[in-house]
Amino acid sequence: MGNARFLLNFTLGAAVGVLAAAAASAQTAGEAQTAAAMSAQTVKPGDADGAFVTGGKFSEPDGDKMYRRVCAGCHMPDAKGSVAAGFYPALAGNPKLAAGAYPVMIVLKGLHGMPPVGAMMTDAQVADVVNHVRSHFGNHYRDKVTAADVKALR
Amino acid sequence: MTQSPTLPMTKRDLLSMIGKSAGATAMYMAMSSFGQAQASTFKGPIKLEGDPRGASVLVLGAGVAGMTAAYELEKAGYKVQVLEYNDRVGGRSWTLRGGDTYTELGGATQHCTFAPGNYINPGPWRIPTEHGGLVHYCKLFGVGLEPFQQNNYNAYLHSTKAFGGVPQRYKTIQADYYGHVSELLAKAVKKSALDDAVTAEDQAILLESLRSWGALDKDLKYVKGNASAGRRGWEKGPGGGLTAVPIPSEPLDMHTVLNSGLWRAIGGNLAVEHQYAIFQPAGGMDSIARGFDKAVGHMVRLNSKVTAIKQDARGVTVEYLDTRSGAKLTAKADYCLCCIPLSILSQIEVQVGDSLGSAITSIPYLPGLKVGLEFKRRFWEQDEQIYGGITSTDLPIGQISYPSYGYGSQGPGVLLGAYANGAYAYEFTTLSPAERVQRALAFGSQIHAQYQSEFLNGVAVGWHRVPWTQGCFAIWTEESRAQHYRNLCQMDGRVLLAGEHASYIGGWQEGGITSALDAIGRLHQRVLAS
Repeated sequence: MGNARFLLNFTLGAAVGVLAAAAASAQTAGEAQTAAAMSAQTVKPGDADGAFVTGGKFSEPDGDKMYRRVCAGCHMPDAKGSVAAGFYPALAGNPKLAAGAYPVMIVLKGLHGMPPVGAMMTDAQVADVVNHVRSHFGNHYRDKVTAADVKALR
Repeated sequence: MTQSPTLPMTKRDLLSMIGKSAGATAMYMAMSSFGQAQASTFKGPIKLEGDPRGASVLVLGAGVAGMTAAYELEKAGYKVQVLEYNDRVGGRSWTLRGGDTYTELGGATQHCTFAPGNYINPGPWRIPTEHGGLVHYCKLFGVGLEPFQQNNYNAYLHSTKAFGGVPQRYKTIQADYYGHVSELLAKAVKKSALDDAVTAEDQAILLESLRSWGALDKDLKYVKGNASAGRRGWEKGPGGGLTAVPIPSEPLDMHTVLNSGLWRAIGGNLAVEHQYAIFQPAGGMDSIARGFDKAVGHMVRLNSKVTAIKQDARGVTVEYLDTRSGAKLTAKADYCLCCIPLSILSQIEVQVGDSLGSAITSIPYLPGLKVGLEFKRRFWEQDEQIYGGITSTDLPIGQISYPSYGYGSQGPGVLLGAYANGAYAYEFTTLSPAERVQRALAFGSQIHAQYQSEFLNGVAVGWHRVPWTQGCFAIWTEESRAQHYRNLCQMDGRVLLAGEHASYIGGWQEGGITSALDAIGRLHQRVLAS
């Protein structure tokens, strides 16, 4: 089971930070309480790629799966982003990825409207997805960020 | 007032006493504590008195915040123009019904094929009594309100990890949870475990209240009987004639109730914004947009994408693109009230100082996903006696909400088949709209077996793919409030912001309205002083 190491990390505490942020908004105060309380507590079999396992954390076991089931929602499956009233930046061929620490910081802290999705990932998951993006979609950076790098930047 | 009122005293007696002894302020405070005053900051229609002497305001965004501001400013004598990105007004106050088309970021287009009368509100879907501002504008613009069933005791609580995945009626879980807690507390009182915290006189009152609250029997036990069945439901309900005698049901034991985790769903229903009475606009949330449109539509320029907001000592200049013709245009005014969501505004060139600029770029937007599913018939009503309300589940769909209109209709019905939060919302959003619908259907069929055979069609809105908001609404934390909130709301030169993101009622239309009223009140003072 490829995602066993992430499953072991599910704790109530891990879910609380994310949910506290959501609960700070009134619209979902009730829903977040209920959804958080109901869904973040249970771990389900989920999809083969690690999606739909639990509500309080991402359970995707590698960078490719994390990209496809989380990041692609905004940056799109081809990583080319999109433009309308505003835009989602393309990660494909993006020179801002040259220094690995930059995308790590964005994933951990968020930027503009982007939520700090790294709060719902382990250090290893953050490193995996950053490494995946930096070595795919026309990006060819050979150096890797590590879980320790992520931990230092959290 | 530090003493609690004694029981025989009526509320009117108490208010009268406070009024005599402590004056109007205490009276108001006391009334608020009884919930008789408005809960949001809305205190009745705004009065912008004094002549703005021809001052002009450019409003950006024709959602409820922008339209509220435009309506009130024009009434006060301002020259107002509104720029709106979409080809309609209303923003997130939005409804999808049969015949509608929706294209999300990435290009996927959905054609909604719901039967006439059926709809889904992808954004806001409820109006609490507390939200006096929105209720005011609904009355003003003739928007009809009807009850929204927030908490239906006959709907389900569902966990994949409890009762073998079999959904439980809300009323049974709540009755058994309250019942067992009451019995335990009564036991503690009788064992003198609370003697240091509760006086003997209060203990007698407490025991009596626990009997009432928990449906306990004469011995203060929560057991099978008419008292508990009157809350949790009957094995065989009462009737008339020879089959009349009711048979009480057997309560769940406390261990089962606690370990099911289903009690977790009760707290959310106690929140003020979910308390009865709670409303929805008849026919869909976009009734509000249509109501405002009648009053402000003449000021709104649709299909206008703002690309830059500039200002100097004399006025503001907004550059925008006509999304139909591609023409680059500019609009000028003395002031700008910007109601564009921060997720979009943070990507537009805005000429403001560092403190507001930093606030604009620092607030993330919540993920969220809603799926509307249409079925051949209202099986939830016909087979399961669920009329409106919400089933809560630990499945990725989060909940199923049944329509609070058209009860008893024989034709197709539409329910909210998913309102996903957290990780699930992101994961759902990466799927194609058709896949989201199929997954919502598969998850929901664990609760309603009729799903697969009765399904007709569905629509799915992942809010991070919505082209004009890129997310549901602003996520504030205590830290970001402390650092950025006041800066976000302060006027910067000739520019100021409004919207749910500039409120403490985030994600609700009332936040947009109270924010707009607060902003134009300050703007007006500035204009009168200049």
